[in-house]
Amino acid sequence: MPAPIRLRELIRTIRTARTQAEEREMIQKECAAIRSSFREEDNTYRCRNVAKLLYMHMLGYPAHFGQLECLKLIASQKFTDKRIGYLGAMLLLDERQDVHLLMTNCIKNDLNHSTQYVQGLALCTLGCMGSSEMCRDLAGEVEKLLKTSNSYLRKKAALCAVHVIRKVPELMEMFLPATKNLLSEKNHGVLHTSVVLLTEMCERSPDMLSHFRKVWLLVPQLVRILKNLIMSGYSPEHDVSGISDPFLQVRILRLLRILGRSDDDSSEAMNDILAQVATNTETSKNVGNAILYETVLTIMDIKSESGLRVLAINILGRFLLNNDKNIRYVALTSLLKTVQTDHNAVQRHRSTIVDCLKDLDVSIKRRAMELSFALVNGNNIRGMMKELLYFLDSCDPEFKADCASGVFLAAEKYAPSKRWHIDTIMRVLTTAGSYVRDDSVPNLIQLITNSVEMHAYTVQRLYKALLDDISQQPLVQVSSWCIGEYGDLLVSGQCEEEEPIQVTEDEVLDVLEGLLLSNLSTPVTRGYSLLGEILNRIKKVVSVYGSSIDVELQQRAVEYNALFKKYDHMRPALLERMPIMEKTASNGPTEIVQTNGETEPSVPDTKHPPLVTQPANQANDLLDLLGGNDVVPVIQTTLPTKPASAGGELLDLLGDLSLSGGPAPAPVPSVPVSQPPFLLDGLSSQPLFTDIAAVIPPMTAYNKNGLKIEFTFERANPNPNIAVITIHATNTTEADMTEFVFQAAVPKTFQLQLLSPSSNIVPALNQGSITQIIRVLNPQKQQLRMRVKLTYTHKGLPVQDLAEVNNFPPQSWQ
Amino acid sequence: MVITMRFMLLFSRQGKLRLQKWYTATAERDKKKMVRELMQVVLARKPKMCSFLEWRDLKIVYKRYASLYFCCAVEEQDNELITLEVIHRFVELLDKYFGSVCELDIIFNFEKAYFILDEFLMGGEIQDTSKKSVLKAIEQADLLQEEDESPRSVLEEMGLA
Repeated sequence: MPAPIRLRELIRTIRTARTQAEEREMIQKECAAIRSSFREEDNTYRCRNVAKLLYMHMLGYPAHFGQLECLKLIASQKFTDKRIGYLGAMLLLDERQDVHLLMTNCIKNDLNHSTQYVQGLALCTLGCMGSSEMCRDLAGEVEKLLKTSNSYLRKKAALCAVHVIRKVPELMEMFLPATKNLLSEKNHGVLHTSVVLLTEMCERSPDMLSHFRKVWLLVPQLVRILKNLIMSGYSPEHDVSGISDPFLQVRILRLLRILGRSDDDSSEAMNDILAQVATNTETSKNVGNAILYETVLTIMDIKSESGLRVLAINILGRFLLNNDKNIRYVALTSLLKTVQTDHNAVQRHRSTIVDCLKDLDVSIKRRAMELSFALVNGNNIRGMMKELLYFLDSCDPEFKADCASGVFLAAEKYAPSKRWHIDTIMRVLTTAGSYVRDDSVPNLIQLITNSVEMHAYTVQRLYKALLDDISQQPLVQVSSWCIGEYGDLLVSGQCEEEEPIQVTEDEVLDVLEGLLLSNLSTPVTRGYSLLGEILNRIKKVVSVYGSSIDVELQQRAVEYNALFKKYDHMRPALLERMPIMEKTASNGPTEIVQTNGETEPSVPDTKHPPLVTQPANQANDLLDLLGGNDVVPVIQTTLPTKPASAGGELLDLLGDLSLSGGPAPAPVPSVPVSQPPFLLDGLSSQPLFTDIAAVIPPMTAYNKNGLKIEFTFERANPNPNIAVITIHATNTTEADMTEFVFQAAVPKTFQLQLLSPSSNIVPALNQGSITQIIRVLNPQKQQLRMRVKLTYTHKGLPVQDLAEVNNFPPQSWQ
Repeated sequence: MVITMRFMLLFSRQGKLRLQKWYTATAERDKKKMVRELMQVVLARKPKMCSFLEWRDLKIVYKRYASLYFCCAVEEQDNELITLEVIHRFVELLDKYFGSVCELDIIFNFEKAYFILDEFLMGGEIQDTSKKSVLKAIEQADLLQEEDESPRSVLEEMGLA
């Protein structure tokens, strides 16, 4: 069997692969060779094979079959084997695999090895990946090594102890005696790792911390060491850019921070040395600034005197002016942390901070923005807001939402005047309108509502803004709402703050209409506009336009009618003159806003009357019952509990309808394609308040057993093939008809859509009616015929009836 | 909580991993996912940006040396500036050991790069702040390795041959 190829050779070979596939092939071949070599228990080449495996593992290939081999290498006597074995163990194993426990014995032996480098390997492995069980087993060995005079081992033992304590905190105490003398060492490695160990102990145990402060008098000891470091002459071994052992300095400063935290005496004892480090450290290179940074963090965290704190913040202020962006970054981060406690000191650096808004780095900009908002107060609001709005104009989209929210918050807290406040809001809406968060719109509306004296001014400004630009949805929404709410002020030209503009009701309505028509307006916006439409004319509209040509409006009008009757008592005092506009769930595209000083996000419908919930089944029933090949499935809409696009709903419903067997009904898939425009047709260019209900005479479609159903008609003018029928169901008997469901089917050359009914109870003795809208598409202008199925419960008994409706007036389909 | 280094990665501009040292127990597939994600994030950074970024719940400190990115993930409250110095120290050690180190050295001698790292850091903390001390230890260990490979006969061991 030839010797397995060397590691470097394998690496060279693999790198010649030109494709991923080629590489994979080479790897597989080598892995097979390695596997058979492992099976042969070859001691000579095990090391080489594992090394190769580790390389392949780094490339991303599986290497788990080498785990046990690593353990065998660790157990070998050869140093080379151990080196690779331990490396392999650290790369391929971790405490989550049981296999790792097999290492424990080997590590134990190696911790006691005669060669310090072997002991070092064992300590390193234990210190990097030892599990709690291993740590428990081997803590004693580590403790022993902590007391050795060999500084090479002592430093490693200290860090290993850190890991042991992290894994098994209860073992902390046993290391205490050994730790005591560590700080008297001269060796920097031991000093450094000892400080890390002490830090770990202090962080984990308040008792330990107290013990170190009071019994060991650790603070003066550390102060002395730090002082020696700074004052001592040049030590080439530990020097970095002229600074003596910066790593050790930083660790000592960090430990001092923990000791000084919430302890006056300790804080006082370190005051001088902190001032000394803060003033004397060389700042030309990163390393000096790293020490200064740690010093600042310590000063801010302990109970330092105010002079020292000011010194710290000034260091941060200088950092802000540093050319190095990393330094500016840490300065902003720290200032953000201290701005609450040392607000005035940070304020002095406000202009520098604001300048950082123009930085090129994204993280720096973000911090500068957060800090700027934190620094805004009643005195600087005007100036700060100017800068922040300028930032908002030009910043990346990822910032706009947060910045806009921040501006609104700040404006709310510190606005010097209502007018300024509104102007600021306007500015945000016009420049970053599309990024304003969804909840901002209702909050804004509330704000506007509460600035009573500014209503006229606000609505006027918003109106003017609308004239300029209707592409930013939040602006349009707020504007529409305001126009709806305060339109009377707009129209009457009462504005004190500005030159009042002469606006007539028609002009206002034109604008709102324009919104409805614009493709740019989202459905939500249209909803706001509709609300505006209904301003002041609400009662008229509701009664007359209950059968308007526009189905959406018609539906809304019908809903409003019902709502006004039932919920009139909810009118808030604040808006007495205004009719209530309630927020309901969106049914398809539109939403309406509640105006009692608060607005709420869209709420799942609880106010709509309960509706049919099984359109699919009923449609099937209908097909079954009516049979024949000349019926198409009825498409019945229900109120979805979540908003969906009109087209989407339709598709869902059609998906639900499974067509029963029997001769081909009209192809369903073609329907959804035409439906969405179908539904919105009614919203296209239409004078919204024309009354053409009188054109087609109404008819009685059904009259039996006290239930009378009348049909009234309209044409949807842009599409004369669509007839819009409103059914009115009334009940002359003395008992209500409950759970009333109306279904209809038409011949296959027609398409039919049934919208939600106003309710499902037909009150007794003509006390009310159910209305429901049917839309019929009749492209071939054939005579309209319909089969209807009625089901309801009357006096406790279910009733069902089928009927043909053939007496449609010719105008409804010609 | 004590400042901890969670892991260190070395990777090339092409997204090839050259070294990965994990200081916390992490599942293999999570490691792969994190490495892939982080490489993408870091490689997308522009030269003018600072060396620190927030990623998941960690702070990433990275620096590019020629064709290699050195990337450390530290806990939130760390002193990022000193972490940059730690990275720099590691690069200096590699440089001294290999003599003007380049990416190829690390590719072909990856196990040695690990040995150096493991002599410099343990559990994410510095073992020795003296460059000389770390390099001497590696040198001695290398010698031991060489002795393994050319074993002396018993007589040689006794100094009799």
